[in-house]
Amino acid sequence: MNVNSFSELVEIAEKTNVSLDKVVLHWEMLDTGEAPEKIIEETSKLLAVMEEEYKLNEGKTFKTLVGLTGTNSKKMLDHLTNALIGKTAFTAAMIAVNMAESNAAMGRIVACPTGGSSGVMPGVLLTLEKIGVERQKLVSGLIVAGAIGKIISKRASLSGAESGCQAEIGSATAMAAGAAVHATGGTPKQVANAAALSLKSLMGLVCDPVGGFVEVPCVKRNASGAVIALLFSDMAKAGVESVIPFDEVAEAMGKVGRMMPESLRETGKGGIADTPTAKMIVQKLSNRFKL
Amino acid sequence: MSSILEIIGPSMIGPSSSHTLGAMRISKFAYNLVGSTPQKAIFYLHGSFQDTYIGHGTGLALIAGLCGIPTDDPRVSKANEIAKHIGFEYEFKSVDLGNVHPNTVKIVTYKDNVHHEIVGSSIGAGRIVIISIDSVECELDGEYPTLLIENKDVPGALSSIIRIISINGTNIAKLYLNRESKYLKLANTVVELDSEVPNSTIESLKMLDVVKTVMYVKPI
Ligand code: SF4
Repeated sequence: MNVNSFSELVEIAEKTNVSLDKVVLHWEMLDTGEAPEKIIEETSKLLAVMEEEYKLNEGKTFKTLVGLTGTNSKKMLDHLTNALIGKTAFTAAMIAVNMAESNAAMGRIVACPTGGSSGVMPGVLLTLEKIGVERQKLVSGLIVAGAIGKIISKRASLSGAESGCQAEIGSATAMAAGAAVHATGGTPKQVANAAALSLKSLMGLVCDPVGGFVEVPCVKRNASGAVIALLFSDMAKAGVESVIPFDEVAEAMGKVGRMMPESLRETGKGGIADTPTAKMIVQKLSNRFKL
Repeated sequence: MSSILEIIGPSMIGPSSSHTLGAMRISKFAYNLVGSTPQKAIFYLHGSFQDTYIGHGTGLALIAGLCGIPTDDPRVSKANEIAKHIGFEYEFKSVDLGNVHPNTVKIVTYKDNVHHEIVGSSIGAGRIVIISIDSVECELDGEYPTLLIENKDVPGALSSIIRIISINGTNIAKLYLNRESKYLKLANTVVELDSEVPNSTIESLKMLDVVKTVMYVKPI
């Protein structure tokens, strides 16, 4: 089965009335030879890693490799009841930052799809779990997210060095939005819309880590990714559609990535990495951090 | 084609799949080749690895790999202490390996007067390519079992090696060789296999007249 577009998966799910995660599992089996049960089991393990790590890390501060971040998720937890954006969205942002700070401190994370963007998915899924979404639904959401990411990797890329941060935080957000829609009972079309809307809103985001380290702006971008994912999940489920279909948005993101100069693709030379403050920080660190 | 599990995973130690996980997997390959933690190793860092050595934990990841620590074990961040504890000595040096991927490391291991040299690149998303083992140029991703054979460079040597491997139905995926010494008529052969080989195959290989040593490298 040579399916290269998400719309085909959506169409099959609608025509056959088979749930989207099952369609994805079959597609995956034909593509890679992996049995559906095995994929479900492995996906469940990845979710378990997110759950275990967050449980270990909740309310913690971190000593990160470079030390530019590490206390933010704790601050956010303390602020939770005052959050104007609402408890659910702020929880997602807080968990996302927690995981991203743990990543920067050499903690165990799930690269979903990358280390730098590893906070977005747990931010969304673990928040849904907190508000009572069944675990098994989260697993099927994560499987659907895998298909979203796979289509992006075929049509664009999932790497900041290749396509900028739109490919990392952008893709993670599209994946998490689709996962949220699917896990909370949305239709396959709504999944595609949520993914498309998310990716569009982060289109063009550059990869500009200060000093090249996965701390600034990476950690806090995970917070925005998680909140944006929930926003577009809600919008899609409300019936808002993306005028441009997800597959085309993914293709466009790839093209934008190819137009990006190297300075905005993980080299730590452009964007916020090129600000006076960033340069001062890097200057201070350079003696300590070069071999 | 990557599977969705590679997209939504793997679980790993942060912060970077190319600078932490990839580095660790190259080192893990070296660990599997040596069969245990060597007494000493020198890590020659090329290109970006020189810059990510501390800030992305590349150094700790490399140490952890040769200590045999699993790639998603939180102890990776304490690999230097663990190395000290088990008496594993290491050194980091910068090097220019020429026209190779920016994330490349050459690992030289020393154990009981035997040394090995592995060069590997981390090409993104935790994927690696081993580009040379003991001077044999190759292209391995570490996902399959590999045999490293030192053999006599005489007519028929290779065909008898291949015959033994194939007897039990094991498929050879890739084969690379290099004359180690024309004068001594010695060659190194690297064989990537489709599946694990039984122990008996390795024993039969060792018994071949043309074979000096056989090392079996488990997949990472
Ligand atoms: S800025 Fe670059 S390194 Fe940081 S999360 Fe985005 S893509 Fe990854």
